[in-house]
Amino acid sequence: MSGVLAVLELAVGGSGELKLHKMALEALAAAKRIGAELGLPVSAAVVGSGVGPVAAAVAQYSVEKVFAVDHALLAAYTPDGYSIALKQLVAATGAKYVVFPHTYQVRDFAPKLATSMGQVLASDVVGLRVEDGALVLVRQLFQGKINADLRFPGDGPHFVSVQAGAFRADGLEAGAAPVEAFTPELSAAQIRTKPLELFRESSRAVDLTAADIIVSVGRGIREAENIGVVQELADALGAELAASRPICDNGWLPMERQVGSSGQTVAPKMYVAVGISGAIQHLVGMKGSKVVVAINKDPEAPIFEVADYGIVGDLFEVVPALVAELKK
Amino acid sequence: MKIVVAIKQVPARDSLLKVNGEGTWIEDADLAYEINEPDAYALEAGLQLREKEGGEVVVICVGPDRATQTIREALAKGADRAIHIETYEETVGDPLALARVLAAALSEESPDLVLTGLQSDDLGFGQTGVILAEVMGLPHGTLIMNIEVSEGGITVKRELEDGWFQNVEIPLPALLTVQSGATKLRYATLMGIKRAKTKEVKQLDISDLQTESEPTIAVSRIYLPEKSKKSVVFDGPARESAAKLVEKLRFEARVI
Repeated sequence: MSGVLAVLELAVGGSGELKLHKMALEALAAAKRIGAELGLPVSAAVVGSGVGPVAAAVAQYSVEKVFAVDHALLAAYTPDGYSIALKQLVAATGAKYVVFPHTYQVRDFAPKLATSMGQVLASDVVGLRVEDGALVLVRQLFQGKINADLRFPGDGPHFVSVQAGAFRADGLEAGAAPVEAFTPELSAAQIRTKPLELFRESSRAVDLTAADIIVSVGRGIREAENIGVVQELADALGAELAASRPICDNGWLPMERQVGSSGQTVAPKMYVAVGISGAIQHLVGMKGSKVVVAINKDPEAPIFEVADYGIVGDLFEVVPALVAELKK
Repeated sequence: MKIVVAIKQVPARDSLLKVNGEGTWIEDADLAYEINEPDAYALEAGLQLREKEGGEVVVICVGPDRATQTIREALAKGADRAIHIETYEETVGDPLALARVLAAALSEESPDLVLTGLQSDDLGFGQTGVILAEVMGLPHGTLIMNIEVSEGGITVKRELEDGWFQNVEIPLPALLTVQSGATKLRYATLMGIKRAKTKEVKQLDISDLQTESEPTIAVSRIYLPEKSKKSVVFDGPARESAAKLVEKLRFEARVI
């Protein structure tokens, strides 16, 4: 087809019925953008075992074709199984661009797949455009402080993964595409790692998603003893207290209060980020908030990119001043 | 067990970054550098594993002369020896080319386990480890929280999304990228710093390890991102800023 192929991930965990990962259709939206910009047909692929029903659901979007890449050895995800199967699909279809959502699973196998075809994955892409007939991809460096334009100098196939929220899936058009079964040649001996059962650890007693206002604390707080400073602000606002990952890793707040790609995804009326620089892993968990307030000493911190209101300053001065002001 | 830990030196986390005049890289003259934080966790995992299983920890680092400082710090924390692949440019932008250089330098080492951080804080491709595994022909695991040595290999705990974890059995030799924050980082002791001075640092030149190959990905320009959202930011004295913010939240955003 020598077009664009979107590889749509399945959701992790859960039980029984397979369904798409919440970012899967964003990859399809990015693939459609590339297809539209370069005038190339767009297909989609779903990988696993018994993926027929999911592929049929994807076929209700406007795409050329949906490939159901199906094999008993793909029932459990392994980087070897997925890379080998997708390499065969990319070769068989002659896809010029292969687009993934930038998920933990994609980070685990897509660089391997690209390497096995002599290519480099353009990872975590946030935007794209065409210049002089060539695709230019935008990705972030230095944790979001600087952007870079990337190009693919070679003939491809070119591999791209897109950041959560960078391409919107809600504009995807409906259609009726044929589903084509693709059975890769795969043997158990080729799969070197053995995945065991999935499990969860925290009980998630705190449901941050129900909070109207969240005050969230990051590594700017420096020490566990200082958490109280931010707790006072949360109390003054009637807010739930949350945190970025380093705070929970250090055990300063329980894991169930973590916001971000490895914690909860929240969208409150107001999200106050205190001493949080705004690494993408945190932003994906809160950028749907209605009003974002950032307090940080670094005026270049990426958190200000998503903030409606901000204060640049030392949180140990700013937060008590805010509490005093709120109590007036 | 022979453990190799690939580490990188990056600008310190709080650095104020400026793009150079050509838009090719950042102004680096006045920057302070430190170990890429995710790699510090990989080093920690390697040191802990050696303490449990015996063997040695070898750090490998690609970077200019200034990377010597970061290598010395890794040795002071307890790594047994180091390999420094010296570069003459500020950055190697192609992770596949970089992985090939690392693989060439490691060809005589035949490690049982190669560890890296999950991503770098500068380029952030988040894939050098996985590419290196493929180039070296090793099985791999990413976002690793815990490593247990078992019969004929290792059992690792991987972090997945949405609070899920999974144990995976991997035969050795293998490559792992280590999740940040899963353990506490150690500090170098005075004794460690003293000992580091006598430890071996093998110096290699990147041009002796590079293979002729066309890059498949190229950075054409770097720049400061345009703000996508219009934000109102106060940067005066704390009390003044606080008063202005509360007024905005009450009367403009109307969220309190």
